Amino acid sequence: MAKKFLFVNRKAPYGTIYALESLEVVLISAAFEQVVSLVFMDDGVYELTRGQKTDAIGMKNFSPTYSALGDYEIKNIYIEKESLEARGLTLDDLQHLVWEDEDDDWAEKDSIHLVSSKELASIMADQEVIITF
Amino acid sequence: MSTLHTINKSPFDRNSLGSCLRVISDSDAILLIEDGIYAATSGTIFSDVVKAAVQSHSVYVLGPDLSARGMKEDGIVEGVNVVDYEGFVDLVTEYDKTNSWL
Repeated sequence: MAKKFLFVNRKAPYGTIYALESLEVVLISAAFEQVVSLVFMDDGVYELTRGQKTDAIGMKNFSPTYSALGDYEIKNIYIEKESLEARGLTLDDLQHLVWEDEDDDWAEKDSIHLVSSKELASIMADQEVIITF
Repeated sequence: MSTLHTINKSPFDRNSLGSCLRVISDSDAILLIEDGIYAATSGTIFSDVVKAAVQSHSVYVLGPDLSARGMKEDGIVEGVNVVDYEGFVDLVTEYDKTNSWL
């Protein structure tokens, strides 16, 4: 039975393993055909910055993987506005993530939604399972 | 659906409590566990935040984690309820889901 899963990402990408671990659990959950949505808040917004280059720190750059989320039917990726603004960032600083709508001739549609804390509260209330990283 | 939010980090170390309070719904409750219990102690720079939180939400703190850290039950912010492990289990069953903030 499919449940509504929400993964809340709150950690920057390379300082700890949380961001990568979250991404792996997200992909596994989606592979098991659960209804998966993502939130990026606090330092989690740094996970989606464009142009990450990790060669010199000897770690895998996993940021290109986010662009595959659409292929896993993940259509809702929520960015908390307050967290983004507090860090001097805008949506232009983040990857542009899309999904393809098969009911609309495979048109590419935005997965990223900029939401306020208040909107996030109701999105979170609507979920069956919340897993925070 | 109602949510029980568990916070296990000191507010002096992480902003988990602040972030939780930013996105909490009216029907939700907070349970402070492990190092999260320091938020419940009175006279800290976070006491006012917790005092405000108890006005709109049920806020609980895990007694064994208070005792383990030498914090007294009579030294916590008024309105915060102390629970034991059985109370913890009751809370988990009382709410539709749990959000464990890291």
